[in-house]
Amino acid sequence: MLKKLLGTAAVATLLASPAAADIKIGFVTTLTTPVAVIGKDMRDAVELAMEHIGGKMSGEDVEIVYADDEFNSQKGKQATERLVLRDDVDIVAGYIWSNVLLASAPVVLNANKILISANAGPSPLAGAQCNANFFNIAWQNDQTPMALGELLNQQGVKSLYLVAPNYAAGQNMVAGVERTFKGKVVGKDMTVWPSQRDWSAELSKVKAAKPDGVFTFYPGPAGPAFIKQYQQAGLEGDVPLYSVYTLDSISLPLFQKAGMETVLGTKMTQFWAPDLDNAANKKFVGDFRKKYGRYPSFYAAQSYDSIMYIKSAVEAVSGDIGNIDGMRAALEKADFDSIRGDFTMGNNHFPIQNFYERTVVKDADGNWTTAVGRAVLTNHQDPYASQCKM
Amino acid sequence: MDYVLLIEQFLNGFQLGIILFLMAAGLTLVFGIMDLVNLAHGSMFMIGAFVGGTIAAVTGSFVIGVVLMIPAMLLIGMAVEMTTLRTLYPRDHLDHVLATFGLILFFNAATRLIWGPEGLVVPLPDFLEGSVALGIGITYPVYRIMIIVVGLLVALGLYVLVAKTRIGMLIRAGASNRTMAGALGVNIPMLFSVVFGIGAVLAGLAGLIITPITAAQIGMGEDVLILAFVVIVIGGIGSIRGAFIASIVTGVIDTMGRSFLDVFLLLFLPENAAESAGPALSSMMIYILMAAILFFRPQGLFPPKGAQ
Repeated sequence: MLKKLLGTAAVATLLASPAAADIKIGFVTTLTTPVAVIGKDMRDAVELAMEHIGGKMSGEDVEIVYADDEFNSQKGKQATERLVLRDDVDIVAGYIWSNVLLASAPVVLNANKILISANAGPSPLAGAQCNANFFNIAWQNDQTPMALGELLNQQGVKSLYLVAPNYAAGQNMVAGVERTFKGKVVGKDMTVWPSQRDWSAELSKVKAAKPDGVFTFYPGPAGPAFIKQYQQAGLEGDVPLYSVYTLDSISLPLFQKAGMETVLGTKMTQFWAPDLDNAANKKFVGDFRKKYGRYPSFYAAQSYDSIMYIKSAVEAVSGDIGNIDGMRAALEKADFDSIRGDFTMGNNHFPIQNFYERTVVKDADGNWTTAVGRAVLTNHQDPYASQCKM
Repeated sequence: MDYVLLIEQFLNGFQLGIILFLMAAGLTLVFGIMDLVNLAHGSMFMIGAFVGGTIAAVTGSFVIGVVLMIPAMLLIGMAVEMTTLRTLYPRDHLDHVLATFGLILFFNAATRLIWGPEGLVVPLPDFLEGSVALGIGITYPVYRIMIIVVGLLVALGLYVLVAKTRIGMLIRAGASNRTMAGALGVNIPMLFSVVFGIGAVLAGLAGLIITPITAAQIGMGEDVLILAFVVIVIGGIGSIRGAFIASIVTGVIDTMGRSFLDVFLLLFLPENAAESAGPALSSMMIYILMAAILFFRPQGLFPPKGAQ
C-alpha cells in the first residue's frame, strides 16, 4: 500500500516537474465576446515577446497563464481570483478595461502581489487609491485626450461636441479633453456601454449643434460602427472627427476593406505609433508584421512592453521573484528599452511620457496605417499624480 | 431649428422601432402560437447578418445578399425547430429558457469558428450611401429611410399573410386555441415549423439590414432580444398588430429619451447630476413603460382574440 502510494507520488512528481516554471505571470485580457479581437492581438504580442526573450527572464523559465475577463468586471474579478489563489502566479498583468481593472485590482493587491496594467489607466488608481504594488505601463486615461485637446487648440477648433460611452474610461476621456481644450463644448452625450451600437439620436444632435469638431472614444468594434454611421449621416465632410483609441490597426484594415476613404487623414493622439523611430519599436513592429502579417495595435505594443518591463525587474533582482521590495524598486526605475522610447515612472507608478499626433495614411504597400507626427505633449504626467501619497 | 431636430429624432426612433418590429414579430408568433420562450431568436438575428453579409461580400451585391438570405434563414429556422425545439413543447418554460440559452452558446461558438472573433463589416451599395434632403432643413441618411420603407412593406406583407391567407388563418387559429385547431385537422407540427421559419427570416432580415450600420458581431442579437421581449409584453403576446405598435412606441420613446432627457433634467438638476442621470434614466424609460402597462393591462395592449 505504502509502496503503491509512493509510486503514485513519484509518477506525479515526474509528470509535474517539466511543466513547473520558475516564474508565473498571469495575463488577464478578453478572449471571448466580440471584443476578443483585442485580446487576440495582446496575446500575439505576449507570445512574440516570449519568443524574443527565449521564454526566460534572468535564466529562469517563464510561464504565462492567460485568463479571460469575458468583457465583464465580475467575470474579470473571478478570473483574477483564480490566477492569484489557484494558479498562485507571481505577477498579474494585462487588463484592457478600466472597470474590470478597478474590480480586480484589490484581489491582487491584497495578496501582496505585483499588478501591472497593460492598458487600463482609470483615475482612482492614479490618484487617491494609488498602490505601491500597482504599476501602469500604458498611460493614465486622461492623458491621451488631454493631448488631443491641445491638438484641437492648435488646429483652431473653437467649438466641440463630445460623444463617448458612459463607463470609467469614457468619463476619463471626456474629462481629459475638457481639461486642455480652450474652446467651447457645445454638447456632450454619454451613451450606454457596451450595448448601444446605433448612434442615430446622438448624431442628429451633433448635426443640429453644428460644431467645428467632434471628439469621440469608442474602443474595440464599436469604433468602426460609430465612424461608419458618422459618415452615413453626412457629417464627415462638414465636421472633422477627432478620436482617441478608436482607430487602430484592428479597425483600419476593416475600413480599408470597405473602401471608406474618408477615414484617411483623420487625426488622433497617442503615446506610441507603429512608425515611432527607436530600435526596440522597429524590432517589435518588424517581427510582429513578419510573424502575423499585420500591424500591431497599441494594445499589442503595450502587452509586448509589459513583458519586457517585467523582465527588466526580474533581472534587477537576479531572478529572485520573491524579493518584492527589489522588484518594486526596479519597476519604479523602469530601466529597459521601451517601444515608446525613453520615459520615466511617476510617483504614482504611471508613466511620464510624450504624446504624439498620428494621422491615418496609406503605407508604401497600400496598407492603411498611421503616420506619427510631432509630440503634442512632452514628458507629460497625469493630473491625478498629486493626489497620490507615494 | 428645434423642430428639425425633433422630426429627425422621431425618424430615428421610428427606424429603431422598425428593427424591433422585425425581431418582435417572429418572437411574438413563436411565443403566442407555440407557447415557446425562444431566447435563440437573437441568434437568428446574428446568423441572418453573417450569412447575408457573406453572400453580399461574395456576390458583391447587398441586394442579392438580402434576397438569398431569406430562403437560407427559412431553412435554418425550420432545421432548428425540427431538430431541437420540437422536443421542448410539452415541457415547461424553464426548460425552454435553458435549452434555447444553450442554442445561443452553440450559435455564438459556431459563428466564432466560421467567421472568427472580429466580426464582419458589410459595405453599402453606392445608391444607398449618404443622405438626402427631405425639405424644411432635414437631411436624413438614405439607408435609414430604406430601413423604414422595407420594414413598413414587411409589416404590410405580414398583415396580408395573417389576415387574408389560409396559412394566416391557421396561424390565427393556432394562436387562439392550439388544441382545437389540432382537433380540426390542422397539421400542427408543420405549422409550427413554418411559423418558426418565418420568424427566423424576419429576425435574420433585421440583423442583416442593421449590419451596414453597426457591423456584424458575435452576440449582436442579445441586446435587441431583450428589447424585443419588452415589445411583445407591451403589445400583447401573439399579436402582430400589438408588436408593430409597441415596437414603434418603444423605439420612439427610447430615442427621444436619449436625445432630450438630459436637456430636460438640466432644468431642475445641476449640470453634473443631469449628465450622469440622463443616460441612466433614458435607458430605463422603456422598462418603466413596460411596468406601467403590466400594472394596468397585464395582457398587453392588443392581446389576440380568444387568447388565454
